[in-house]
Amino acid sequence: MIAESMYQELILEHYKHPQGRGLRDPFDAEVHHVNPTCGDEITMRVKVAGGKVEDVSYEGQGCSISQAAASVLHELATGATVENTMSVVDEFTRLLQGRGQVEPDEEVLGDAVAFAGVAKFPARVKCALLAWMAYKDAVARSV
Amino acid sequence: MTFDVDLIRKDFPVLGRELPGDRPLIYLDSGNSSQKPTQVIETMRDHLTWHYSNVGRALHALGSESTEAYEAARDKVAAFIGAPSRDEVIFTKNASEGLNLVAYAFQNGTDRFRVGPGDEIVISEMEHHSNIVPWQLLAERTGATLRWFPVTDEGRLDLTDLDELVNERTKIVSVAHQSNVLGTVNSVSPILARARSVGALMMLDASQSVPHQPVDVTELGVDFIAFTGHKMLGPSGIGVLWGRRELLDEMPPFLGGGEMIEAVWMDHSTYAPVPHKFEAGTPPIVEAIGLGAAVDYLNAVGMDAIKAHEKELIQYALDALTEVPTLRVIGPRTAISRGGTVSFTLDGIHPHDVGQILDDVFGIAVRVGHHCARPLHLRFGIPATTRASLYLYNTTAEIDALVRGLHHVQKVFG
Repeated sequence: MIAESMYQELILEHYKHPQGRGLRDPFDAEVHHVNPTCGDEITMRVKVAGGKVEDVSYEGQGCSISQAAASVLHELATGATVENTMSVVDEFTRLLQGRGQVEPDEEVLGDAVAFAGVAKFPARVKCALLAWMAYKDAVARSV
Repeated sequence: MTFDVDLIRKDFPVLGRELPGDRPLIYLDSGNSSQKPTQVIETMRDHLTWHYSNVGRALHALGSESTEAYEAARDKVAAFIGAPSRDEVIFTKNASEGLNLVAYAFQNGTDRFRVGPGDEIVISEMEHHSNIVPWQLLAERTGATLRWFPVTDEGRLDLTDLDELVNERTKIVSVAHQSNVLGTVNSVSPILARARSVGALMMLDASQSVPHQPVDVTELGVDFIAFTGHKMLGPSGIGVLWGRRELLDEMPPFLGGGEMIEAVWMDHSTYAPVPHKFEAGTPPIVEAIGLGAAVDYLNAVGMDAIKAHEKELIQYALDALTEVPTLRVIGPRTAISRGGTVSFTLDGIHPHDVGQILDDVFGIAVRVGHHCARPLHLRFGIPATTRASLYLYNTTAEIDALVRGLHHVQKVFG
């Protein structure tokens, strides 16, 4: 029953009921990222004003992990300062790339800590990171 | 000898393995790579332990024992596929190398082995990437045009435009004998007849057919087939290209190196006769010998019996899978002209999630993704499928387990 540690209730919840899904106007930058190994893809838009993230909107297809990660990202980033979200992205990346050996900082990650179990599945790490890398890219392009 | 699946399973110790968490292994991924019977493993171990040396060049006792065993494997493979001559069997690294070897010949050869602008190469939409990309590369390098047969909704080759697709400009047609995704066994004769009437050569990617049904190249009548050892109970690292002798003689060498030469001067070389012309460098010796042992094993069970067993299994699987709500089979839904491979989708659940739950909860190994056939998945408008591929050692009980597993997957994500 290894998978149960990966498919946390919170992940399944976000997968079944994605938050903030759909592409919205206005936006400062739009990016399209794909995971060539499994075909998962995401289109993401960000709207930034005065150092704050006003909206993160997205459309994509893929497995539960990639889709839930986008939904969690939307919740965490919308309304937060850009600077703050970047430290969450960094911590999330550190956790996912840590081969299951990294102790996550729950203070920083919030709900995103639910993805800790995914780090033990090398084949799925890219799924979890897809939306978060797209977000980082979109923010960089928005300035 | 009557076919007894329980007896066969005893030859594959791994099938009795338990994975961590008390999960008995259920291996439904033989289309990706098959498991190996003890007979193959022991033959390879025995050779490495007692007889190993390089082949072809060493004059000592071990050298001749190795050469004898390596060449005996060629004899076995030649007989297995009904090759008129053992010299027509070329050992490659895998099926991909065999396909690349033939594609390369058209870039560097003469007469019928030369393509350029205005010439056409015909493949199909259901090909594995290894029967697409080498021909794309050939087309890019020579200016020839790549064309392909479409696939019907049922997952069969659409031959409606056969006479237009295969025409006087066509130099070679290369299609899968059996699809690695759909399970479809393609009917060769109408395509071959058309290819012959326009003077085109014909090749089959037989990676998924040679392991599962009797294949006789003389009966098939095509010019080339390529297949791989690891899908037919043999080791990885060894594949086979079979080609008609007069064509192989005409083709330019592929890789240059030791063993493929007749004589070498500083400014030019002459080449060894086939098959050695195409076997540069030290070959995968023990792997070839292992493939020979796999052929012995398959012969002892009988390819007709294996084919019949898989037909029963796939009939059972197709019936059982229809019980699963929203399950859509990609490929023929009847057991006619198809092998024991079935790919499918489940509404709203990504194949990666299906495969992960099947593996982690039930120990069921399936393959998920596009199975190196992305254009085929694009054709059906889906990014990926879940694929169960059956072989001689699989049972109906394992198919029941798959169906139970899929119900559980739907519970998790429903």
